[in-house]
Amino acid sequence: MKKTYNPSLMLSNTRIDKVGVEERVARFQTRSIKNESKKQGLHMVLNMIDLTTLEGKDTPGKVQQMCYKAQHLHDVHPGLPTVAAVCVYPSMVSIARKALGNSSVKIASVSTAFPSGQSTREIKLADTKFAVEQGADEIDMVISRGKFLAGEYSFVFDEIAAIKEACGKARLKVILETGELCTLDHVRMASDIAIHAGADFIKTSTGKIQPAATMQVTYTMLMAIKDYYDQTGIMIGMKPAGGISTAKLALHNLVMVKEILGNPWLSNEWFRFGASSLANDVLMQLMKSESGLYQSPDYFSID
Amino acid sequence: MAKKNTANSQTEWDYAASPESTSHIRLEKKYQLFINNEWVEPSSKKYFPTINPATEDVLAEIAWATDADVDKAVKAARKAYTEVWSKMSGAERGKYIYRIARMMQERAREFAVIESLDSGKPIRESRDVDVPLACNHFFYYAGWADKLEYAMPHKKPEALGVAGQIIPWNFPLLMAAWKIAPALAAGNTVVLKPAETTSLTALKLAEIIKDSGLPPGVVNIVTGYGDTGAAIVNHPDVDKIAFTGSTNVGKIIQRAVAGTHKKTTLELGGKSANIIFDDAPIDQAVEGIINGIFFNQGHVCCAGSRLFVQENVADLVIKKLKARMESLYVGDPLDKNTDIGAINSKEQLDTINKYIKIGKAEGAEIYQSDCSIPSKGFFCKPTLFTGVSQSHVITQEEIFGPVLTIQTFRTIDEVIQKANNTPYGLAAGVWTDKGSRIFNLTTKLRAGVIWANTYNKFDPVSPFGGYKESGFGREGGVHGLSAYLK
Repeated sequence: MKKTYNPSLMLSNTRIDKVGVEERVARFQTRSIKNESKKQGLHMVLNMIDLTTLEGKDTPGKVQQMCYKAQHLHDVHPGLPTVAAVCVYPSMVSIARKALGNSSVKIASVSTAFPSGQSTREIKLADTKFAVEQGADEIDMVISRGKFLAGEYSFVFDEIAAIKEACGKARLKVILETGELCTLDHVRMASDIAIHAGADFIKTSTGKIQPAATMQVTYTMLMAIKDYYDQTGIMIGMKPAGGISTAKLALHNLVMVKEILGNPWLSNEWFRFGASSLANDVLMQLMKSESGLYQSPDYFSID
Repeated sequence: MAKKNTANSQTEWDYAASPESTSHIRLEKKYQLFINNEWVEPSSKKYFPTINPATEDVLAEIAWATDADVDKAVKAARKAYTEVWSKMSGAERGKYIYRIARMMQERAREFAVIESLDSGKPIRESRDVDVPLACNHFFYYAGWADKLEYAMPHKKPEALGVAGQIIPWNFPLLMAAWKIAPALAAGNTVVLKPAETTSLTALKLAEIIKDSGLPPGVVNIVTGYGDTGAAIVNHPDVDKIAFTGSTNVGKIIQRAVAGTHKKTTLELGGKSANIIFDDAPIDQAVEGIINGIFFNQGHVCCAGSRLFVQENVADLVIKKLKARMESLYVGDPLDKNTDIGAINSKEQLDTINKYIKIGKAEGAEIYQSDCSIPSKGFFCKPTLFTGVSQSHVITQEEIFGPVLTIQTFRTIDEVIQKANNTPYGLAAGVWTDKGSRIFNLTTKLRAGVIWANTYNKFDPVSPFGGYKESGFGREGGVHGLSAYLK
């Protein structure tokens, strides 16, 4: 049966008090993560990263190098995990596929006229199908923010449902681009629409618009996931993307996931970081926890 | 070779112990009385132990002041008032108060650790709430010291003289600041008695007062039990009694000062209503409920201990509340990740347990979070009671612990009536998206403080105090000054 937009299925109360959210988020940031917890947390962070390059000037060479880095984060330090996935444009998927071989690192491809989404349904579907055919395991779509802000929620819902269908076996991440949604009430509403329309993951941002993955926004989306899980027993994944570039901020995000959703979400099956520079800061912190000293950034490869 | 992408379906991740260091604090084995800027032995030569409620270890021995010691302290305060403090300009007084504030700030970490050791409150709260607020009270009132004519326009404000101040154990340093700062700014001298279970931070404050060069006798700190407090209340040369504590003791004080010249302010108990409407931001309201009742183990006179939830969202709110309670960490007050620390004393724990027993016997349904609590020390699990009415003892009497009662309501009139149906009237919380409803309720709820879409927010500029049996007089803000002026 075709899914349709039905607000009554969504939790009737989605009012968000921004001041209260800020206060709650500040509490997560006072959590002290030390010793073993820190080490384990940093390993988890590395394993949840979608190593990303999404630029007009991307080259096959750059994608290949990133794919190697995805599997060899810092070989002088044995026992490190790989990242979760690489995230590229559809035109780079086949190159990544080849570079990754039979690695378990997944390929995520943005689609639907990323990052603006300003195109027709046909083109967005074709964009998605192309990425899947090229070998993408995951599709990161963007919602039509213009339609959302205009109040055309059914349009947004139907579009997500259609893209989900076009994904086939690929998992669908729905980017809300929260920096353009203006309020946390909108973020919550867009989260509910995406989840009910078939998103496997909801994702904050494209990385092209500021502010991106603030903890306030991620908190609001995690609460939507929690409410949906409490209603249906179905788990939805979360991907904050853009602006998380330090190990400390990443750990605070994990604290938030743990305290809201619990341990079952603490794996890359259900939680990801969309980031390009985060991995090296985490590696630097891990090396520091061994030696007690910070190494020069020059010891960590930039790919 | 490709490495394994370790996608465990279930990860266990918890926070390692993260205790705040105690290596930087200095505690004496024995504390004397602080009179005339000197440490003096109590005339009884008697001392009592102060313990860490989380471990039951003795932290120090504290002097037990007798009537004679209190008399000595009041005489010192009177002499300092007549000869020095009342003659000093407001600007000069302000300098001393600013200096005390800065010195407290410099030693904030030490104060926070000692406060948590002595009172059982989590270090997160003593570090982020108690100590900074205490400093801010001194900063705020220091600014008023030379502007009293502007605080009381068309009057000629004058100090009262010697203020006797008796404070409780729930916010030991903060209550000392609430009392001392406005009294000094207004030009009074002080005899202060901390609560017997939590004397240490007041005595550390005495060290700062001595170091600050405040003239001898302006602030005197006498430690002891109820008899020491009674000696202050009954002393004929005290001009003002400021008391924060239980309603029962407040009534005794009120009787004792009747017919004397003593001015009084009393800040007493509460059984405050926290009201959640169906259009409230539910997740933030749940945080507000948690903060309202579990902040400082519920040892808060304005704690939101009676929850009223509109019936059509009650199931949802209670479900979310229970889930949120499970994520609270109960345990070592010095661990930076602890949300709920130790109950202040064995006596208080017994009181709380007595009420929990009463609640069960009354037929209310109990829910406690599934956390483990340390075997040593005084701890209580966060507790909810549902299925209660206005007639239940646990909704009528102040429990002063992490125990919440939950009632539902249908109409606004009903909730206003029930919220006001208590001898207390200290605080209330209102959670709704509608501004007009907030203003409607604030005019009808008989409570001294009403928070809208938040709870337990304190600031030196904002007056605090109660209606009915929650006391009279206001502390904080300009109102707090007038309590020390004639």
